[in-house]
Amino acid sequence: MSAAAEDAVTEAPAAVEAVPKRAMTLGTGTSLVILAALLVTPMFVKNFVVFQMTMVMIYGIAVLALNILTGGSGQFSLGQSAFYALGAYTSAVLMENFNVNYALTLPIAGLVSFGAGYLFGKPALRLSGIYLALATFALAVAMPQLLKLHFLEHWTGGVQGLTVMKPDAPFGLPLGQDKWLYYFTLAISLAIYIGSVNLLRSRSGRAFMSIRDNEIAASAMGVDVAQYKTLAFGISAGITGIAGGLSAIVVAFVAPDSYTINLAIALFLGMVVGGVGWLPGSFVGAAFIIFVPNIAESISKGLSGAVFGVLLFLVIFLVPHGARQVAIVAQQMLGKLKKN
Amino acid sequence: MSATRRTVAFGAAVAAFVFTSTTALAQKKYDTGATDKEIKIGHIVPYSGPASAYGVIGKTEEAYFKMINDNGGINGRKISFVSYDDAYSPPKAVEQVRKLVESDEVLVVFNPLGTPSNSAIQKYLNAKKVPQLFVATGATKWNDPKHFPWTIGWQPSYQSEGRIYAKYLMKEKPDAKIAVLYQNDDFGKDYLKGLKDGFEGKASLIEESYEVSEPTIDSHIVKLKATGADVLISITTPKFAAQAIKKAAEIDWKALQIVANVSASVGSVLKPAGFENSQGLLSAAYAKDASDPQWQNDPGMQKFFAFLDKYYPEGDRLNSSVVYGYGAAQTLAKILEMCGDDLTRANIMKQAANLKDFTPDTLLPGVKINTSATDFAPIEQLQMMRFKGEKWDLFGDVISGEVGH
Repeated sequence: MSAAAEDAVTEAPAAVEAVPKRAMTLGTGTSLVILAALLVTPMFVKNFVVFQMTMVMIYGIAVLALNILTGGSGQFSLGQSAFYALGAYTSAVLMENFNVNYALTLPIAGLVSFGAGYLFGKPALRLSGIYLALATFALAVAMPQLLKLHFLEHWTGGVQGLTVMKPDAPFGLPLGQDKWLYYFTLAISLAIYIGSVNLLRSRSGRAFMSIRDNEIAASAMGVDVAQYKTLAFGISAGITGIAGGLSAIVVAFVAPDSYTINLAIALFLGMVVGGVGWLPGSFVGAAFIIFVPNIAESISKGLSGAVFGVLLFLVIFLVPHGARQVAIVAQQMLGKLKKN
Repeated sequence: MSATRRTVAFGAAVAAFVFTSTTALAQKKYDTGATDKEIKIGHIVPYSGPASAYGVIGKTEEAYFKMINDNGGINGRKISFVSYDDAYSPPKAVEQVRKLVESDEVLVVFNPLGTPSNSAIQKYLNAKKVPQLFVATGATKWNDPKHFPWTIGWQPSYQSEGRIYAKYLMKEKPDAKIAVLYQNDDFGKDYLKGLKDGFEGKASLIEESYEVSEPTIDSHIVKLKATGADVLISITTPKFAAQAIKKAAEIDWKALQIVANVSASVGSVLKPAGFENSQGLLSAAYAKDASDPQWQNDPGMQKFFAFLDKYYPEGDRLNSSVVYGYGAAQTLAKILEMCGDDLTRANIMKQAANLKDFTPDTLLPGVKINTSATDFAPIEQLQMMRFKGEKWDLFGDVISGEVGH
C-alpha cells in the first residue's frame, strides 16, 4: 500500500522530530576522556574487575543494538537473547568444531544473526507495538529449546553446552588473557559505537527515526517503511550476534541456560535505564544490569530479587529517562558553573 | 627385670623423641585463603532466578559453619563462608567465582550448584589450581581426576541412579512395557543415558520429554497411558513429579511408577500428590528424608534437628535441600579437619580424595563416602525403597551404581 507512495517521491526528506545529533551522543571532549580512562584503568585493577568491565562492554553492545531498534526505529523486541545466543553459538561452534580463529568468528556470527533477524523481521513487520514485543518474546522463549535439539547436539553439545578455549594475546604482547580480551572487546565496542552513531546520522538512520516518530508520515514522504523496519531488525540482530560471539569467547562457555528470557529482559532493562535512544546510555545500562544485582545481593541474600526491584523502581521513578536525563542535568549544572 | 624396665624407658624416650620431631616437622603450610585464625571458603548458589529454591542449601551451609565456629572452629581456625548468587546463569557464575578467587581470595570454591554453572567455571578453576570441591550436581562428568584434578563431585550421579532402576526392572519385571517421562535438560538426559546403559538394549523405552517451562505435564501422562505401558519412570523435578503421580491416579493408570531421587521427598512431593495416590511408588535414596517419621529417633538426624533448632530455625525441615546442605557441609568440615595444619590447595584435594567410609549424619545406614586418587565420586551407593502408608520402606541391599561397572 505504501509502495505507490514511495515510487512517487524520489527523495527522502529529513525525518520529523529527529533527536538532534548532539542529544544522541556525547561531546568529543567527554568521549575522549572516557576513552582514555577505559584504556588506562585495566593497568590498575584486578583481573576479575577487568573481566567485569569486559562483560559490561559486551552487554553494552547488545543494549546498543536494542537501542538502535527501539530508540532508532521505534520497534520493541524482547527477543534479543535469541540473537545473542545465535551469535554466541556460531562463534563457539566455529572455534571448537572447525578451528576457526576467534576474531574471524565474530563477523560470521554477526552475519548469521543479521540474516536471522532480517528473516524474522519480514513476517514480524505486520505486527507493531506490544504484538511485536510478544512475537519476539516467543523467539526468546523458544531459543534455549532449539539449542537443545537432538540433531544439533553433535555441534552444540546439547544441554551440556560447549567449552571454548580462551585465546592468548597475539604477537607475544605482554598481556594476560583477560587484559587482551578487554582491549579486543574495547576496540570492537568502539568500532560498533562509532558505526552506530554514523548509521543513525545517515540517511538510513533518519529513515528509521521517521518511522519511529510517525509511520504514516514517513511512508508519505517516501520512506520504504517495510524495507527499513526489517533492516533495523537485521542490523540490531547482527550487532547483538557480535556481542553474543564476544561473550562466548570471554566467558569461554556456552549453554542453552545462558540465554533464557531473563537475558532478553535484562537487555531491555539496560536500555530503559540507560535512556531510550541515547547510545552512550547503553553502556551505563549494561553496568546497571551487571552491578546492581550484586549490590542487591550484598544488601539481602534472601530478598535480592526484591531489593533489585526496589532499586529499579527508584531509578525509573526518579530518572524516568535514565542515564540520559542524569547526563543532561549534569551538563546544565556544568554550564551554570562556567557562567558564574 | 631391670633390663626390661630400661628397655621400656629407652623405648619411651625414643618414642618421645620421634613424636616431638614429627610435630616439629609438620610445619604449618598455607595457601591463599588460610591463616592461623581463619579458613576462607567460597560458594555460589542461585539465591535468585528460576532455580532460587536451591538457595536454602547455601543458607543451611552458612548456618552449619556458624555452628562449627561457635564450637571453636576446625583445628582452632574459624570458617569464613563467602556465598554469592549466580542466579543459575553460567556467565554470572564465572563472574562470581572469579570474584571469590581473585578478590575475596578464598581457599576453595565449595559446592557450586548446577551443571551449566559448574561447566562454565571448571576450566578456570583447574587452570588456577583452585579446588572445585563437592559440586552440587549429579552429572557424571565430574569424576574425571585425570583431566580435571581440581574438580570433585559429591552426590551419586544421575546415570548411576538410572542404572540401578534398569537393573531392578530387568530382574523383577523383565517383560514390562516401560515408559519414560524426562525433563528436557542436562538432568533428564543424563538419567536417560544411565537407564539406557543399564538396560543394555534389552528393553525398548517409550520416551516422552517435557520442558521445565510447561505449567503442567498432564497431557504427557495421558499420552503415555495410551501407549499401554505398565511401568512409568518419572525423571522429573519435584513439582512435575507430584503432578505425574496425581494425574496417573486420576486417570486410573495402574502402572508401577518409579520416581527419581530428587523428587522422592515425602514433604514436598508425595504429600501434595496425596498419600493415597503414592502407594507402591518406587525410588532410590542415599540420604535420610527429614519428613519421614522412621528417622525421628535416629541419632544422626537428632543431631541434624538440634542444629536446625539452634542455628537455622527458619529452615524447613521437610525440604530435602536442607538435608543436602548439612551433609555437604559436614563433608567439607571433615576434610578440613583431616588437613590439619597443611592447608594448601593441593593437600585439600589430596584429603578430599582420601575419604574412607565416612558417613555424614544424614546419609542412609550403609551408605558411605569413599574416594581415592582415581575415584572422584564420593557417594555412589543408593538403596531402593517403596512408599507405604506415609513413609518410604527401604528394601534390598545398598546398591552401588558406579558408572563403568
